[in-house]
Amino acid sequence: MATTEHSTHQPAALSLYLLTFGMLMFLTLLTIFAGFQNFGMWSTPIALGIAAVKAALVVVIFMHGYSSSPLTWIIILASMFFLTIMLGLMLSDYMSRGWAM
Amino acid sequence: MSAIKETVQDHGQHHHKDLAHHFDTLEQQHDANTLGMWAFLLTEVLFFGGLFAAYTIYRYKYSAMFEEASNHLDIKLGATNTVILILSSLTMALAVRCSQTGNSLWTGRWLLITIAFGLMFLGVKYFEWKHDYHIHLMPGKDWSGKDWWHWQYAKKAKDMEKEAHSKGSAEHSFPDRKDVLADNDPSLGVRGIQESQQARLFFLLYFCMTSLHALHMLVGFVLIGIIAYFAYQGAYSPDYYSPVENIGLYWHFVDIVWIFLFPLLYLLGAHMGH
Repeated sequence: MATTEHSTHQPAALSLYLLTFGMLMFLTLLTIFAGFQNFGMWSTPIALGIAAVKAALVVVIFMHGYSSSPLTWIIILASMFFLTIMLGLMLSDYMSRGWAM
Repeated sequence: MSAIKETVQDHGQHHHKDLAHHFDTLEQQHDANTLGMWAFLLTEVLFFGGLFAAYTIYRYKYSAMFEEASNHLDIKLGATNTVILILSSLTMALAVRCSQTGNSLWTGRWLLITIAFGLMFLGVKYFEWKHDYHIHLMPGKDWSGKDWWHWQYAKKAKDMEKEAHSKGSAEHSFPDRKDVLADNDPSLGVRGIQESQQARLFFLLYFCMTSLHALHMLVGFVLIGIIAYFAYQGAYSPDYYSPVENIGLYWHFVDIVWIFLFPLLYLLGAHMGH
């Protein structure tokens, strides 16, 4: 059986990559600008929020998440799920016990 | 599209030359390759996650000193490296794209350009670490609590100067170091040692996280170099570019780690404006 069909993953437009790069640069500037503002307790959530948007851009565009199989997305989401468990449960423990240091 | 060579396999069936025997189609093979790479990256997320967890806990417990310690890092160098690394991610994406369109020459070239940007990143990091080391931020024998005190003193004096200005008095005292310490808290001696230790913890995490990240880049250079060599040999085509795609996934992952490290390490205390 001749398998002449090639992978269905077509290359994305060059402009899409350049646009993504531009957005990553913009968000880098934004995170630096935000870092110099005093948002009090919101500083870290804002910084992490911007970083998460940047990471999402890299995953979806540069890492071809937009054309990845559902199975691959399960792995991608599982990595975040397990990381959330590790950080979330540890932090909830430390925040709720009030251990003296 | 270039001519597809076919070879006769043991079943007497025609297979694409790049299709492994145990896959039905090139697409299935490609998806399996991608899935495997992502499974590896999942373990990498949790590998770095351990350090991020340590960072999270101590950041939570010693947030004030983490912010002050963060002020010793150079935001300009960190930002420069962020730009360099995102640029290298772009060139890596272009390398993968060229392999998808069958442009072997530029696949190799973009890969080598990616390595060049990576080397620039580590070059900046080298001078940054060297400076950090010289100003005794490296935890260990050379960590200088004394230097830390000097810095704390300077900060306190600056605050007093500001206070004097806000009260409208032109003259302000620049008191003896002892007075500054005694002025604030009778137990400042003990607290000072604790603060020094907490700041040291920040730098321990800074060095561990940035060097684990740099180690991943060094591994990346070797792997990208190998893939670039094969690209120049013409080993990849629009039908078979998984190795390029996978080294791309690896490199973008390294970029993502830095995207989180930059604000968490460099920008904590930026708003305090030292």
